[in-house]
Amino acid sequence: MICAAYLAKAGRNVLVLEKRHVLGGAAVSEEMYPGYTFSVASYVVSLFRPHIIRELELAKHGYEVIPMDCSFLPLPNGDSLARWADPQRSRREIARFSKKDSEVYPEFGKVMTHMGKLAKAVIDHPAPDITSINPKELANLFRLGKVFKGLGADLLHLNTKLMTMSALDFLDQWFESETLKAPMAVSGIIGTFQGVRSPGTAYVLLHHYMGQLDGAFRSWGFSKGGTGGISMACARAAERYGAEIRTETPVQRVLIQDGKATGVVLENGDELKASVVISNLDPNRTYLKMIGEENLEDDILKEIRRFKMRGSSGKVNLALDRVPEFSCRPGDGDHIRGDIAIAPSIDYLEKAYDQAKYGEFSTRPYINAVIPTLTDPSLAPPGKHILSCFVQYAPYHIKEGAANWPQFREAFGDTVVDTMAEYIPGLKDMILYRQVLTPWDMEQKMGLTEGNIFHGELSLEQLLFQRPITGYSKYKTSIRKLWMCGSGTHPGGGIMGASGELCAKTMLTSRAI
Amino acid sequence: MPVKSPFFPRTSDHCHSMNWKEWAGYYAASSYNTLHDSEYFAFRYSAGLLDITPLFKYSIKGPDSADFLSRIMVKNINKLRVGRVSYCCWCTDSGKVIDDGTVMRRSEHEFFVTSADPSYSWFSRFIRGYNVKLEEVTDKIAGLALQGPTSREILKHVCDADLDDLKFFSTHKANADGFQLDVSRTGYTGDLGYELWVENKHALKLWDAVMSAGKNYDIKPAGLDALDVTRVEAGLILKDVDYYNALHALTDDRMSSPYEISLGWTVNLDRDSFNGQAALKEESEQGSKWAVVGLDISWPEIEFLYNKHGLPPEIGSHAWRKSIPIYTASDKNHQIGYATSGTWSPILKKNIALATVEKKYDKIGREVQIEMTVEHKRHTVSAIVCKPQFYNPKRKTSNPNSQRS
Repeated sequence: MICAAYLAKAGRNVLVLEKRHVLGGAAVSEEMYPGYTFSVASYVVSLFRPHIIRELELAKHGYEVIPMDCSFLPLPNGDSLARWADPQRSRREIARFSKKDSEVYPEFGKVMTHMGKLAKAVIDHPAPDITSINPKELANLFRLGKVFKGLGADLLHLNTKLMTMSALDFLDQWFESETLKAPMAVSGIIGTFQGVRSPGTAYVLLHHYMGQLDGAFRSWGFSKGGTGGISMACARAAERYGAEIRTETPVQRVLIQDGKATGVVLENGDELKASVVISNLDPNRTYLKMIGEENLEDDILKEIRRFKMRGSSGKVNLALDRVPEFSCRPGDGDHIRGDIAIAPSIDYLEKAYDQAKYGEFSTRPYINAVIPTLTDPSLAPPGKHILSCFVQYAPYHIKEGAANWPQFREAFGDTVVDTMAEYIPGLKDMILYRQVLTPWDMEQKMGLTEGNIFHGELSLEQLLFQRPITGYSKYKTSIRKLWMCGSGTHPGGGIMGASGELCAKTMLTSRAI
Repeated sequence: MPVKSPFFPRTSDHCHSMNWKEWAGYYAASSYNTLHDSEYFAFRYSAGLLDITPLFKYSIKGPDSADFLSRIMVKNINKLRVGRVSYCCWCTDSGKVIDDGTVMRRSEHEFFVTSADPSYSWFSRFIRGYNVKLEEVTDKIAGLALQGPTSREILKHVCDADLDDLKFFSTHKANADGFQLDVSRTGYTGDLGYELWVENKHALKLWDAVMSAGKNYDIKPAGLDALDVTRVEAGLILKDVDYYNALHALTDDRMSSPYEISLGWTVNLDRDSFNGQAALKEESEQGSKWAVVGLDISWPEIEFLYNKHGLPPEIGSHAWRKSIPIYTASDKNHQIGYATSGTWSPILKKNIALATVEKKYDKIGREVQIEMTVEHKRHTVSAIVCKPQFYNPKRKTSNPNSQRS
């Protein structure tokens, strides 16, 4: 949608085709139960690039994001930890577990702010091609080199660690309290098929740290009306610039003649001709379904098959008839108005991963829950609430086979509710409606191959100039006139808008359209 | 949410303005009345009583305490005698200031340290190998600053300490009616004054004793707004206003050495190693980049600018805290530094500021220009560089029994 808006703004004729009746893909708001609007899959915002909001005038088209004030960690022993926007308040909370950690916390924030600046230099530009001697590419590399050099020796060393270490090892360099480290480490595993002790997860931690709201780094927020609100703002902007959007128009494949895309074939058999086609599907789907194996060279086919999708998470959305109260900190105070993590210890998280490795969903999963209705009452009837639970691990490849997920869907939903009910007594009596999304459901419903929320793992070998595959990192594909954007391309996932923007800008500057 | 100090039941009774702010996670009164002037004049002409509980407080005990503190502080704490207090700062390895505070030697092996930022983690980093016990007592010990010319007389009615002999920057244990307290002749107003420390459970007894003894001496609860005016007059710098904590500063440019924030006098270079020693030695030999100076801003020029608009000079009674550019006297385009805080000084009848300027411009008596906005238009007015200490009454350091008084 962002790509369409940019191209339309530049005066190109753009047609957007959406399979479903709602726009947004994984960032959709849907009324799943009368009066209750769920952010079905993607549920919080932070990574959205501020310059895109500005350039596409999204605020004018309904982009509204409300920042969160708190990260809350209920503990099974009746204790809890809340981290607030107010630094002194966080210090007092953390000091109950470790006085040292409470004072080191701002120092860690300072370092991550620097790292986030670096990340910004990376994500706001197309990935540099390290093999090219084209002056433009060299200039691009030089620009990055300058940013790196500006970090200074200490931070450069740290950057190497960040790229290679596990989220937990990285945090161990600062903190001693497991109660603090566990909820921080989970940022390193969200959406990946890795554990907090797996090397490489420190980078994912940074990926979640570089978010920015209104100029403040590291802040997360709710989109008014659910995350679909952002999708709709983007759609309205695109339409305003002249793009046409058709829903319930599934594409079957890309029309290819002599290695060149000439349009698309719809599922109803209609053919639509176009001078350029852009796919916002994940790399797997784009190459294997839209292009088709018959149009791919062997080496590309091999590489795209090796591209790791491996969905690892599910989503459970609950419509509640009242405010859920945590036994460790009762009441509907500010502590439950932000994000709520079920991550009581490192071992808990690692055990949850252990099961996933062998094809089971975690019996006690990591859950990132939010109650968006406490911030945005328009999502549910007065006094009623929504509890949205992002759940990990739910591996796509269960040992019974992915196609058998539907048989386990309700058992998975029960596990999540049982886990939450350990912290929220009486939860089960509040539930009016339950929506359970397994990775298999996300694949079926939203076209996320293997249910991967990032269109492919955010692991180092699948990032930057290697995302999605070597040689095709600049939004081009192996088929002429067929381009790609979306989470499967640089700079990766999250509601961020960057890949669509960079794809459009790359196309426009190279006069591809 | 900020927490309440043990004095809150009393301070909230007096705080008619409802003017609170957050100080280090505590509620602190900005001013008790809508205008803080009377609190300022209490500090200067009678006595003001200020809740300083939010200061971070540490108890350091054990045979190696003095060695340990000397390792951290820029000052040689080994030389601090029992019953004396030292004002100093502590630095990173690269000689940049983290925080400033006071170190009190209560006995041979017992110290009490106050700071503006939480420091437990920093102090702990150097504790290995020293036989000391470091404990944060911020939430256990309540503090009151009793400051002003009548403070000595008031305190004589409260406790048994020999106040006529208690010297500036000395500390002593004392007994009051039903409780014990520590009295130190320190403060942040640049005047005669004391800081009183008690266990939380005695906090209200202390407040009541001081307030009732102060009745005949025009005591007033005073807030941070009044304190801010007095501390600028006294030329006392403030972390996060006049300099940044090096551990939290986002860039190297935001960090300062002790020499650059007028705390060079607290550095004892030639002794056993301490944090930042090598870097500070190098800086003391090669010279610093910046210096903190005082500025005496020309009142006639301010008056002239307002007069041009048909207005009397409008200078607020609050001390200000913002960065204002400083230029050379001859060239309005040549910026040489920035003022960080300032105030109208009611006692000196001067418009004064604390500024950071390039070292070569720190000569006393030099004329510079400071930016000033009058009726929405930017101007510059001239200012004279002076020592940052604008106000320094004799009573601050004198004793009735000594010859100096």
